[in-house]
Amino acid sequence: MTRARFSAPPVRYRRIWRNNWLRALIVFAVLYFLPYSTISIPGVFDGPLDAPGVLQLLAVCLVFAGLAVSYDLLFGHTGVMSFGHGMFVTAGMYVTTILVNHAGYALFTSAALALAVTLIASLLLGAVALRVGGIGFAMVTLAFGQAVSILVISGSPQLTGGEQGQTLNSSAVPAALDGVRNTANLYWIALAYLVLCAAAVWGLTASTPGRVMRAIHENERRVEVLGLNPYLFKLLAFIVSGLLAAGGGIVYLLLLGGATPTVSTSNFTLSLLVMVVLGGAGRRWGAIVGGLVYGYASQSLTRVSGSSAIAGLPGILRGPLEQPLFLLGAAFVLIVFFAPGGLAGRLAAKTTTTGIKEG
Amino acid sequence: MSLLEIADLRVSLGGSAILHGVTFDVAASGVTALLGRNGVGKTTTAKAILGLYASAGSIRFDGRELIGLPTYAVARLGIGYVPEDRGVFSALTVAENMRLAEPRDRATAAYDYVYELFPVLKHRAAQSAGTLSGGEQQMLAIGRILLRPNRLLVVDEPTKGLSPKVAAEVAHALKEVARTVPILLIEQNLGVVRTMAGRSVVLDTGRVAHRGETRDLLANPVLTNQLLGVSTANGVSS
Amino acid sequence: MTTLVLLTATGLGLAALYFLVASGLSLIFGLMDVLNFAHGAFVSIGGYVGWTVADHLSGTFGLVGSLLAGIAAGAAVAAATELAVIRPLYGRPLDQVLATVGLGLAIPALLQAIWGADSRTWLLPGWLAGTVNVAGAHVPTVRFLLIGIAVALLIALRLLLGRTRAGLIVRAGVEDREMVTALGIDVRRANSAVFALGGAAAGLAGVLYGLYQGSVSPGDGTSLLVFAFVVVVLGGAGSITGTAVAAIAVGLVQQYADYASASLGDESVVILLAAVLLLRRRNLQGRPA
Repeated sequence: MTRARFSAPPVRYRRIWRNNWLRALIVFAVLYFLPYSTISIPGVFDGPLDAPGVLQLLAVCLVFAGLAVSYDLLFGHTGVMSFGHGMFVTAGMYVTTILVNHAGYALFTSAALALAVTLIASLLLGAVALRVGGIGFAMVTLAFGQAVSILVISGSPQLTGGEQGQTLNSSAVPAALDGVRNTANLYWIALAYLVLCAAAVWGLTASTPGRVMRAIHENERRVEVLGLNPYLFKLLAFIVSGLLAAGGGIVYLLLLGGATPTVSTSNFTLSLLVMVVLGGAGRRWGAIVGGLVYGYASQSLTRVSGSSAIAGLPGILRGPLEQPLFLLGAAFVLIVFFAPGGLAGRLAAKTTTTGIKEG
Repeated sequence: MSLLEIADLRVSLGGSAILHGVTFDVAASGVTALLGRNGVGKTTTAKAILGLYASAGSIRFDGRELIGLPTYAVARLGIGYVPEDRGVFSALTVAENMRLAEPRDRATAAYDYVYELFPVLKHRAAQSAGTLSGGEQQMLAIGRILLRPNRLLVVDEPTKGLSPKVAAEVAHALKEVARTVPILLIEQNLGVVRTMAGRSVVLDTGRVAHRGETRDLLANPVLTNQLLGVSTANGVSS
Repeated sequence: MTTLVLLTATGLGLAALYFLVASGLSLIFGLMDVLNFAHGAFVSIGGYVGWTVADHLSGTFGLVGSLLAGIAAGAAVAAATELAVIRPLYGRPLDQVLATVGLGLAIPALLQAIWGADSRTWLLPGWLAGTVNVAGAHVPTVRFLLIGIAVALLIALRLLLGRTRAGLIVRAGVEDREMVTALGIDVRRANSAVFALGGAAAGLAGVLYGLYQGSVSPGDGTSLLVFAFVVVVLGGAGSITGTAVAAIAVGLVQQYADYASASLGDESVVILLAAVLLLRRRNLQGRPA
């Protein structure tokens, strides 16, 4: 199916498609004009593309894609496996909410302060956690992430809303972002966020520090031999990806209209990992594809789990299939085994034969 | 007649080719030296023989292909390995290091032989290997491998970082060993090479640049300077 | 004084659980460089299998049966995981970790599908349900069972690692796996054994956690796993004594801090972790970085 789509355009279009920036521009243009479309895709979406419900679903997909891109800067490009990425999403979401609801600050001030808090927190946490290398870093960040999660869920329920989360005070939200009629605006904000993440990560990876990060991924020793300190570059990647994640937390907050502790759980960070691996770690389009696919699947999976097709199955099959996490985990193991390069890797392998190379 | 025949050996690490088709033989007796400047692929060749790196081409040991065999199987065929970093288990005692290396049908005769060669290993049996001096660790690395029924030893830079006196001790012991077991010796100290190795193979950037009698190689100042980066005037005198 | 005794006993009981989970995790990581995210799932499986046995057999007989069943289930699932998931991915360490992440998500969900999301109550035999009077404090008897089993495991592991050839291979493998194979030893057999052993300890921990809480639920293993990771980082991978000391430190700090202020316990563990990381300049293997 994908193969047909990629090999169909005649040669002169292919050359345009091969240029990454042009390709990005085309994808962006399509996504940008989506809310103006009234096309219905039955079976995929519940209504026409400009329906608020569909736009909301798509916007969440875009935010997930942006978050996946921010995670991929660490995981795919620098080779640092963090299990605490969700805490920065949490920071963006909760600091903003708390400042708006409890300190009465304006939304933009709160969001800016949330980013500032994230900057300091990621600097401190990264400085400490990067002292242990490799897989130890994963364990340490997992522990930090868990601490943040516990703090959010049971630390101070009057401030965070505990397990229920907390609705954002709607009087602080600009009118253009409020209400179902304005879902398209939220969609464009989510799109802008994805563009920002992609531009930041693509730009950074093309720069000199980005090339050092890539070199760290390949061989950390060799970077040391060159007289560079891998620690500082890993810290830079950690801070940039943390800031982008916090930005995603703020956009997600606007989309949901409130803060949810789900983003603080280790399962949320693991789902980012799943998105990146699904799409193809360290590949230009990998995290974006993975985030979009995962975002769509996770929102539709609940429908599948509850669908009549599954309800008709015998109990022994129905039980596991009604568990989204079971499907997710099993799918993840299968990807690792059978598609190590992720979806983008698959596409690259197929399209190189037709002359199109994945960047 | 050769015991080990390496043909067109190629190894890539992390995407870059290290060996581009190395071909040489190791004789069934005596010492064959593998020489060359730093980074030309000597250690890589040793690790490829042991199956520690994936490789292409052919490595035949007594007529049997080694490529594709797991390391433990290569070792069980009788190839003993003394790595560059000595590979001593520092958290284990000297006796435990030796016990790990000994084959199932342990022979006390083998222990006697090793203790005769390196008496220090007997005195320090209960000591943790991490507390040994560099020379003692090297002796442990060589000594423990001698407990095994070896048909070939691959020894990577045994005198590296040792004082001249200790280096001479180690070299003397290896020479003794070479009377019964053939050795493929990687060595930078040309003094040691001169006294031990009959034949030499010189690598240069992943290829064999020279093969022949060690005596002839070291007598040729142009060749030693070009291939080994030393002038025979100060490098070979011992 | 009474409070102190009670807190200490609870802290040591938790430490026992952490040790059971972390010791296997630490040996697996030390020997194979595999950070096993499925380890919490092994705990949960042990817990549910043990609960099922206890549900059918009451009294002391049921207790012993559930402990043995938990151990067997943990070992069996861990051995199967090593064989079917870890071994085919040999030489791809990152994919090994990712595959265990997938299992760590899927297995608890599977347990939830079988036994439901709600926790199942675990009825203890009469003699175990009571308390023991220690210096005026009524310490639940279960805590002593936990501590006793953990100490027994510690001694058994020390003997196994220190006195047997298999233990020698594991200790050497933690330091330098390549060199062990170069001595003619097939390390894969040690890998399988260590995985099964770690799984057995995890399964046992699942049963004991069920006894400790008086119930089992699908998320039990995952919540223990986070603290087990902290213990592994603090104790140093592959070191059993280090794991034991770190488990005690984490268990006690958590309980004392929890007494000072509710929910401070978990935070204080992370602060402890950060402090230790800042103060020592060594990596996970315990060698200078």
